[in-house]
Amino acid sequence: MIAEDKTVAGGGAPIFYVSSPEEKERLARYISRITQGMVHDLTNGVYIIVRH
Amino acid sequence: MAELASILTATAVGFIARLYMLRTDYRQYPSYPQGYVIHLSIGLIASFLGAVAVPALLAENYEAATFLALAATQFREVRKIERETLSSLEPLELIPRGNAYIEGIARVFEARNYLAGGTSLITSIVCLNLARLWPLETAVVGGAAGGFLTMWFLNRMMVGKKVGDIARVRAAAVHFDGPYLMVEDVIIMNVGLKEARQRFLQDGIGVLIEPVDPDSKATLANLGQRQAILHDVSSLLGIQMDVGEPEFMPLLRRHRETGALAMVIVPAEKNTEALLEAVRRTPVLESAVRRPLAAKAGRLADSHRE
Repeated sequence: MIAEDKTVAGGGAPIFYVSSPEEKERLARYISRITQGMVHDLTNGVYIIVRH
Repeated sequence: MAELASILTATAVGFIARLYMLRTDYRQYPSYPQGYVIHLSIGLIASFLGAVAVPALLAENYEAATFLALAATQFREVRKIERETLSSLEPLELIPRGNAYIEGIARVFEARNYLAGGTSLITSIVCLNLARLWPLETAVVGGAAGGFLTMWFLNRMMVGKKVGDIARVRAAAVHFDGPYLMVEDVIIMNVGLKEARQRFLQDGIGVLIEPVDPDSKATLANLGQRQAILHDVSSLLGIQMDVGEPEFMPLLRRHRETGALAMVIVPAEKNTEALLEAVRRTPVLESAVRRPLAAKAGRLADSHRE
């Protein structure tokens, strides 16, 4: 999970907090490539990376 | 003498029939010399068996004739081998064929041996009959002609339906609704990365496959059929994707009311006409065919909607 706002994400999966939308985009891309997962946008500022 | 000539002619014609059926086609398989050799040798055995059947009966050698039945087991083995080979290669395909498609291909390979055998059987019957009335050369030529006619006829019979026969295939607009990738009003998937969205908009092509009747609607809903379409399209046009980029895995999603299939693909060659043609020419899998209209309940459901 990659989130900008600390109040919207919590739970079991590893969460990466970032400071800006650009940073979020970049981190999401890197992590998705490394984990071979796919980035989904939950539209509340949170991206989740899922391996399908 | 006539028997020998007939056996040779029939075997040759059967072998040619098998050779003719061995074109590398849309399945892109087999595509290497070893694969050809395997199928040609089994095809040769099949045509030989077809060729000796009638002479064996005429010579009242019934044991030889019963060996034909034994041969069928061998050809079933061909199907098993094809299935195993393709299944074991499946994890290495970027876009898998899917089990339904593999089963279809394996069945075709088994059937082709029977067709080769049948062709040589007909050839030998024609040849032996003609040999009673006419000189041997005429009989051989006549037998071969009969064999080629059978080959042509059997091949025509074996042509199955294509997706283009059961559905209208047309290009459709690709757009985004928030993070949702859409083809007209069908949601395909949620794409998070802006970069990926950009690529979809720039290089992606959307396709709508609209079934023409309830039968084809049910057929197209089959997951094996959908996977076959995806595999064929991506093997014919290539895809812009590598391992670890699941975003660009082409997907077919179904419109929940109309049953139309929507697809987005980012092909290596952006050519909409070629893409539509590839979809249209995908075979309708035997295992996917459904005919609800053949049953009363299906017809009722089709005629009245509440």
